Order: sequence, then structure tokens, then C-alpha cells
Amino acid sequence: MPALPLTVLEPGRRAFDVGELWQYRDLLYFLTKREISIRYKQSLLGISWAVLQPLMTMVVFTVFLGTLAKVPSDGVPYPVFSYLGLLPWTYFSNALSRAGTSLVSNSNLLSKVYVPRVLIPLSGVLSALVDFACAFGVLVGLMFWYGLAPQLSWLLFAPLVLLTALLAQGVGMGLAALNVQFRDVQHAVPFLLQLWMFATPVVYPASLVPEKWRLLFAMNPMTGVIEAYRAAALGRAVDFAALGISAAVAAVLALLGWWRFRSMERVFADVV
Amino acid sequence: MSSEGASLTVAGLGKRYRVSGPRLATNSLREALVDLVKAPWRQLRELRADATTEEETFWALREVDFSVRPGEVLGVVGKNGAGKSTLLKLLARITEPTEGRITLHGRVASLLEVGTGFHPELSGRENIYLNGTILGMRKREVDQKLDEIVAFAEVERFLDTPVKRYSSGMYVRLAFAVAAHLEPEILLVDEVLAVGDADFQAKCLGKMGEVARHGRTILFVSHNMAAVQRLCTRAILLERGRLTLDADPRTVTQRYLGGEERPRFEAGARTGKAQLIAAQLLSAAGEPIERPLSTEPFVIELDYTFPTAAPGTRLGIGFLSADGVPLFTSNVRDVGLELPPKPGEYRARVTVPGGVLLAGQYHLAVCLWNPREVLDLQEPALSLTVDAGPSILYIDGPDRKGFVHLPLTWSLES
Repeated sequence: MPALPLTVLEPGRRAFDVGELWQYRDLLYFLTKREISIRYKQSLLGISWAVLQPLMTMVVFTVFLGTLAKVPSDGVPYPVFSYLGLLPWTYFSNALSRAGTSLVSNSNLLSKVYVPRVLIPLSGVLSALVDFACAFGVLVGLMFWYGLAPQLSWLLFAPLVLLTALLAQGVGMGLAALNVQFRDVQHAVPFLLQLWMFATPVVYPASLVPEKWRLLFAMNPMTGVIEAYRAAALGRAVDFAALGISAAVAAVLALLGWWRFRSMERVFADVV
Repeated sequence: MSSEGASLTVAGLGKRYRVSGPRLATNSLREALVDLVKAPWRQLRELRADATTEEETFWALREVDFSVRPGEVLGVVGKNGAGKSTLLKLLARITEPTEGRITLHGRVASLLEVGTGFHPELSGRENIYLNGTILGMRKREVDQKLDEIVAFAEVERFLDTPVKRYSSGMYVRLAFAVAAHLEPEILLVDEVLAVGDADFQAKCLGKMGEVARHGRTILFVSHNMAAVQRLCTRAILLERGRLTLDADPRTVTQRYLGGEERPRFEAGARTGKAQLIAAQLLSAAGEPIERPLSTEPFVIELDYTFPTAAPGTRLGIGFLSADGVPLFTSNVRDVGLELPPKPGEYRARVTVPGGVLLAGQYHLAVCLWNPREVLDLQEPALSLTVDAGPSILYIDGPDRKGFVHLPLTWSLES
């Protein structure tokens, strides 16, 4: 039988099979589509929730931080400023929490059938992109409302979104693998994300952080990313040094998550 | 065993599971942390791969060797816990072997549980695509086969209805249809046919036969011995994780049905209200016998007990062929008798007249029940071999077709 694919199953770690991933690309599409379509099934507002989530958060922070606490906002109206932070943050937080719980909530894909496991958290990260796209539409409207013109530097959004997705996928894979063994993870993730958000200049400017803490602050991979989003949106100079540190830390975290996922992958079905 | 030209070869396959290994028993992070603080040394030792002792593990499957050629339908037979499901999980790549090696030529599709990945909120159409791609199909392939799948599953009118509104029959039909149209080189089927009506079961069996005729390989796990015999070209028997027999389906199913120790009156549907204690074969003279003669009457002696009063209880027996097909049944009510209702131990005797059963192997099922529930069912309560007695029926040898002999009248005309 020359033309048939040959598979040998033996104990021990297998090399990561990129060809197999390509073979299953249609599955990734349908898994992502499923994630999107079931999320808003039987809900009155449907996909509007993707917009309402960052929008309402923006309103709350505008009232409490922008108007009452008078947090500085780098010379742009606070609603625009905070929405520019909340937009990528909401994407990151959705992508991470979907990826982190993906293996456990799709446990039948682990225990009843074989699919390349990487696709499961990846479909969570990709599905959150649709929410991001909807919320992005609101950003355009908001900037128009405040008389801020679109910039050529908006092109930078694409690599920034990619970097955010990569970080969410990497960390999400690590958390998903841990969650298979310890369900504590899914309880800890929302809390962790909340802390992480306040450690990131989402609703306040990075300039508020004292100079001596800046380096440590930049070690948070989302710091550089969100600052760069803002700079790109407003056509200001992007701090590529800070972004570089963030990208490097993101890469390290993603590799750790990848390593954790790969080393546990073989026993998922036995443990979940 | 030669694996030349085989589509599937299994060599020295074993799968070990941890039973109470500390790392599995620890199912919360807090416990893991507490353990780590309490006994860091032990935890470190546990982290090494070989740290598990034999008591903490068990082999669900061990030293299993077989190979299957294209076009063969291999039945996998065994009691619950014998390792059938583990074998399929290993072949389907769901879990990895602890030792040994599996070689697969071609695409493998598993029907370990129908409708994996089906989402109740999604429509039939969406689920076909999702399930098809989960089983390894490309979107293009599903496009091509969509009409066939829908027609096979008989769900045309409900294609855009969420599957949560489907009946369980429709659900199973749709799931089987997707997998059956995948055209994998190797198809793994586990008890799918237990659900669905008789028509659909026949359709599934037909489809599987068709798949096999196209030179594909099927592994079929089932408790339905009749289906295994009808469908499979070969069968293997698993007992406590070992492969104990690899032969034609008839031999394997007979060994499976007959090979259990007896009397094994613990496994029945016990309710504690009435139960069978023993079943024994006697000659007409009341002597215990092993193998009755087909021409002589014999007696089945049944001991049973009522721990509490059990009015209205009935006692019946059923004869099954060696393959598990019911032949005939009989119970006390047939002859207008009532069992004593008071608590106590009792004995009943049934006489099977000579000349009724043909020579061959049979199983005897015994049941205690009332109109509301089954109190105890032993199936088989015992297995018996009837030897050919001196009769003209066996003039051409003991292998006469059929199971029972009826005194029919013949007349011949010129």
C-alpha cells in the first residue's frame, strides 16, 4: 500500500507535526466558527455583547477615573484613551480565558477522538478576534466623534494583534494544560486577569508610573503592546524599545506555555 | 504473525494506568502544594517516570499482538473491563501506549462515541461539517458527501434544526452517517449499534459490510454476539487485558459465552427480594449429570430463596443457542403454578422431554420476576452440551441443522 499514510504509535514524545496541522486546517475553521456561533446563541443582544463589554467598561472608567479621579490621559479625551487600552485588553483577556478553559470544556475532543490538541486553545484565541473586530468598529466611531483622524500608523495594528494573539495562545496553552490536571486554574484565571489589567496601563497612562519602576513595568508583555496600540492609533511615535522588551517576554512566556502543553499532551485523555 | 500487507499491526501492546498514584489522586492544586510542603522528598521521587510501584498501577492491556488485513472485519469480544475500549483508544491515538507499537496504514476513523463534537445548539448541517472535520475530513469532502450523509441519516427535513431538538435515534443516525461516509482505510466501531431501531441497525451493518468489501478494515467492538457473527470475518477475545483467542467469529463468540466460570450467580440483576442460588442438571432418575442425551429426558433443578415475602413472583427458564439467540422460554405460569409467597428457600424442577433438543451447545437463562420488575436474572445460569442419542435423526452424523426437533407429519404422494 504505497500511497497510504503510515502512522506508527509508540510510547514517548512525538515530534510536532506541522503537516498534520495543515491537514486539519478545516477543523480549525469549524471549531472557531462553533466557538463564535454558540457563544451568543439564545441571547437577546447576540454579538452586540462583543461591543458592549469594552464600551460599558469604558463608560465606568470614564466616570470614576476620568471624571471623578481625574486620571491623566496623555492629552486625548479620556473615553478615547481608555477605550484604546480596553480594546486590546478585552481581546487579550477573552482569548486567554477561552484558551485556558478550552481543553476542559472540550474534554470529549480529548477523550473520545484524536484531533491535534493545539487546535483546541487556538480556536478560542481566534474566535475572540471576531469580538475584537466588532469592538474595533466602535473605536473608529469614537475617534470620529472626538475629531481624531485615522492614521497610516493604523497598519501597525496587524502585527500588534498578532503579538497579542501569540501571547494569549502561549499562556493560554500552558493554563489549559494545567487546568486539565488542576481545575483550580479556571477559578484563578479571572482573578489573575483582573490583577494583570491593573498592572498594565489600560485605564491609566504609563507615564503615571515612577521612572525607577519603568523597566519592571515593561516586563509585563501587555504594557508595551497596549502603549504601542495607543501610539499607533493616535499617530504618535511608538516606543519600540519598550515594545521589544514586551515582545521578548511574551515569547518566553509563550514558549513556557508551549513546553508545558507539549509535555502534558500525551496524558490529557488519561487525566481529564 | 505476519504483518506483511496488513493495514493494522499491533505488537507487544500494553497500556498501564495508575490506580491510586499520588499524582493522580491529587486533584487540586492546594493538595498538591500541601503534599509538596509535607513531603518534598517523596514528591521529587514521584516526578521521576519510573517511580510508580506495581500496586499503584494496573495493566488494562498487555502483550497484545495481532494484525488485520484490508477487507477484514475484526470483532473484538470481551467482558467489561477486559481492555476492549482501551485497545480502541490506543488505536484511535486518544491515549498513548505504555509499551509496544501500533502500525497503521491509512486514515483511521473512530466511532468510539457517536457524535463527538456535536454541539446541541448547532444545526444538523453545522454539526455534519464539524464532526466530519473532527474525524479528519476536509471541508471539500464533506461538501461532496453532504447529500449522501443526509439521505443515509434520514434527516432531510431537519437539516437546519439545532440537534438538541433531534430524537436520540436521529442523533445517532446522523453521527453514524458522517463517520460511515468518511471512507477511512481503518474504521473503529464501538457499540454504536446499541442505539437506534432495528431498521437502522440493519442499515449500519449493511454499510459496514459495504465498507469492508471496498477493501477497508473494520474493528468492531460489541457485546452483540449475533452481530459479531454476522458481520465479522475474524474475531479476537480479550480477557483481563490479554488476547486469549484469535479465530473465526463463531469459535470466539462461543468461547466468550461459554467460557465463564459457573455457577456465577453474583452478576445477576439482584434486588435482594428473590434470588437464584443454584442450577443443576439431573437425569430423569435424579442423578446429577454433565451432558444429557438428546433422546433422554433430563431435569433442571433450580434452588432459589425469598429473603422476604414475595407474592406474585414467577420463575422461568429460557434456552439460548451457543451464539446467544433465544430459542424458547418456559415459566411456572404456563402450567398454572404459583410459587410459595412466604420467605424461605425453595427448589423447583423442570423436565425437558427427550427428543426435543437437538445435539449441540446451549445456554440456559433463569429469571425470577414479578409484573413490576426483574428480581434476579442469570444469563446464562448454566451452559450445557447435549450429546446425540441413539436416534435416526443422527443417521448422517451429529451435526444436524437447527436446535429443536418437532414431531411433524409427512406424507408422500406419487
